Amino acid sequence: MAGLAVAARRKSWAGTAVYGGTAAACGVIALWAAVALAGRSAPVALTLPMGIPWIGAHLRADGLSAFFLLVVGFGGVTASLFGWGYERAHAHGHAAASGPVLPFFPLFLAGMSLVLLADDAFTFLVSWEFMSLASWLLVLSTHRESETPDAARLYLVMASAGTACLLLAFGLLAGGLGDYRFDAIRAHAPQGGAAALTVLLVMLGAGSKAGLVPLHVWLPLAHPAAPSHVSALMSGVMTKVAVYALVRVLFDLLGEPVWWWGGALMAAGSATAVMGVLYALMQDDVKRLLACSTIENIGVIVIALGLALVFKASHTPVIAALALSAALLHVVNHSLFKSLLFYVAGAVLTATGSRDLNRLGGLIHRMPTTAFLALVGAAAISALPPLNGFVGEWLLFQAILNAPALPEWSLKIGIAVVGAAVALAAALAAACFVRFYGIAFLGRPRSAEAERAGEVGSAMRIGMVVPAVLCVVLGVLPTPLIRLFEPAVRAMVDAGPFDDRAYQPWIWLSPTSAIGNSYNGLVLLAVIAALSVVLVLVIHRRASDRVRWSTAWGCGHEEPDPLAVSQYSASSFAQPIRRVFGGTVFAARDRVEMPEPGDTRPARLTVTWTDPAWAFLFTPLRRAVDWLTRQADVLQFLTIRSYLTLMFAALVLVLILVAVVRP
Amino acid sequence: MDFGYDAAHLLGTLVLLTSFALLYQRRLFALLNVFTVQALALSAAAAWQGYAHDEPHLYITALLTLTLKAIAIPVALHRIVRRLNIHRTVEPALGIGLTMLAGVSLVTLSILLVLPVTENATALTREDLALSLSVVLLGLLMMIARRNAVSQVVGFMSIENGLILAAVGVAGMPLVVEMSIAFSVMVAFIIFGIFLFQIRERFDTLDLRRIERFRGESD
Repeated sequence: MAGLAVAARRKSWAGTAVYGGTAAACGVIALWAAVALAGRSAPVALTLPMGIPWIGAHLRADGLSAFFLLVVGFGGVTASLFGWGYERAHAHGHAAASGPVLPFFPLFLAGMSLVLLADDAFTFLVSWEFMSLASWLLVLSTHRESETPDAARLYLVMASAGTACLLLAFGLLAGGLGDYRFDAIRAHAPQGGAAALTVLLVMLGAGSKAGLVPLHVWLPLAHPAAPSHVSALMSGVMTKVAVYALVRVLFDLLGEPVWWWGGALMAAGSATAVMGVLYALMQDDVKRLLACSTIENIGVIVIALGLALVFKASHTPVIAALALSAALLHVVNHSLFKSLLFYVAGAVLTATGSRDLNRLGGLIHRMPTTAFLALVGAAAISALPPLNGFVGEWLLFQAILNAPALPEWSLKIGIAVVGAAVALAAALAAACFVRFYGIAFLGRPRSAEAERAGEVGSAMRIGMVVPAVLCVVLGVLPTPLIRLFEPAVRAMVDAGPFDDRAYQPWIWLSPTSAIGNSYNGLVLLAVIAALSVVLVLVIHRRASDRVRWSTAWGCGHEEPDPLAVSQYSASSFAQPIRRVFGGTVFAARDRVEMPEPGDTRPARLTVTWTDPAWAFLFTPLRRAVDWLTRQADVLQFLTIRSYLTLMFAALVLVLILVAVVRP
Repeated sequence: MDFGYDAAHLLGTLVLLTSFALLYQRRLFALLNVFTVQALALSAAAAWQGYAHDEPHLYITALLTLTLKAIAIPVALHRIVRRLNIHRTVEPALGIGLTMLAGVSLVTLSILLVLPVTENATALTREDLALSLSVVLLGLLMMIARRNAVSQVVGFMSIENGLILAAVGVAGMPLVVEMSIAFSVMVAFIIFGIFLFQIRERFDTLDLRRIERFRGESD
């Protein structure tokens, strides 16, 4: 298909063919995965005669793979649909159409699917790197924009470092036996120190792909740089592949866990969740804001994974199943609403040509459908009931509330702190998306482009409607989905979330060990709908008929200010939170430059902030690497005799080693 | 058997001895003469092995060594040295005494290395391997202990002599491999010759200390 895309790049039907093909392929994958999950079918294994000679490539689809394939396949379908409309809109809208996307888009999807299917370390790593490189090339497709090259370079470095960590981790997993099939690894999982090192390496390797703090620095740069449907895939789906890697290694390959693995995951997840949403609050760029919010959601998922691991280690599998279900549910949820929101950002970009919040505004009148779908997405990601984000976090909190069942005191107290962090992150996320929605869609246009914006085409709208509808449906009726992926949960922690309940009505969500709590989306929906109707009626009865007086001076919202630059801006919305958190965490400073009376210069407010991950980790690291390379540079300018001497010394040293250290 | 072993041992040791002799030569012609002696000893060793073990293809090896190493290359090098009118003493980068000391320790190292590894092999194979490894290491030592480009070529050739010695001592090395080694050495020699002419033409010297100054990167 990629070959076809290359061949037909210049033809007008190429986009239709490629996106049609990927949509069909992903649809088949998703459908197959759903059927396999629903039918509780046994794992399917396949050995392909390619790859390393005499070893081949082992593929296997069990419940976990099928579940993540469902996520990837569904994301692929909507991304293909949206991408088709997006590229057509951009082909005659902008001169620099993203032509080089076509060949790599199917490759990227294929890479992600192969990672999920891999059943030996070679296949896994090769597909992983394949996925990274394909997405890297997709990021580079917008290479004409000024920030893309830097973003792409950073992404390449982070991706290579992550793969290197995974490579070492799989080396440790296989141990001295050198058998890299997952079956063999399962049978001879490393113990003790080797296992601990493996856990840390996998957290580094998969964490750098998923965006765990402090390895998140590439996400806000690379995800927005790609075309919007690719951003949606990278942010909504590729990070889930990294989550899959975490689950596969920590729950499946490593065997019996130790409690502190989960503790480490939860600590990293809490930091990621809080920091991610704080980053998101500081961003003015729509897509960058969404990428930062991905960091937060990954944090939430990783916290849930950590909880599951802790409960699995303390032999309470039913609670572990609850936590793992929360994690997997949030995986689905985040892939849905983050794809939706990236599509919205793409639609806004198509309509206005801008990603800067401060140049948007008032789009609710110009793009009503997009605005409504954005509202659904924003409400879902802010975890408002009765949407799917709420169900995921509700399940997570049920698991957190079970912490007193654990034997370790440090965990009992620590998980309370983690719960507070999740609550803080959820509240800040709500603030973040109020800001996103309010600045972009409400108010009055802040630029001429926003003033002229119009609704996007039907393909893009359908691409957005599908995930939005699913956000609502999963929020109201989450139980069938949790039932659907129960085999995956059962395979990982040997228990299901509903194990000691005799009877489960499908409209109720009342998992075991939720301390008697239960959730019914339908009732909630009915209550919210009724209250909303009442509220609307009251407002109309009480307020709409009143005579309203407008102030004489207009406060900037009347005719003299057509672009309404004096209304609340993205930066002003973020200011309170920047003041509270930014001063310590980001070293944020507001500097007001007020001209003297009589001076005609405009007053200026300058906001500066730095990312602590750059300041304390990556900048020193880069300096160290620079220093090392400068030291090693000497080697390039030696004489021939010195090179010969070095080689000779190395040879003699090795020979002496062999002679001395003989077994 | 006893006589065969002794003779093979003697010839192998002769090759090693000439390697040591190469290390302390101060004059280029003497160096080339010693190299010729080494090639003769090697060719004799190959021929003797061929006779003792009744493997006719070793005669071909012996013939190749004789014509290429003992006749063609020394003659060509003699002509080069004459035509280029090279300063006929070799300046050692490392003192003679120190070089000999290093050589002796290298031989000790290779004996220590080879003998325990090859416990199951025949005595002849073991000794031959130790000798040839020593010759290889001494050749390398010669390449770094001398400052003259011609002596580096000779050092390279003597490394190759060590390889051939290993090949004839261990039964079962295919003829094709030996042939290809021989011809690659021939090619390497031709390239060396061309380089020597070029270097001489451009820099008026074959002393590496002067040449190093002319490299593009360093100033």
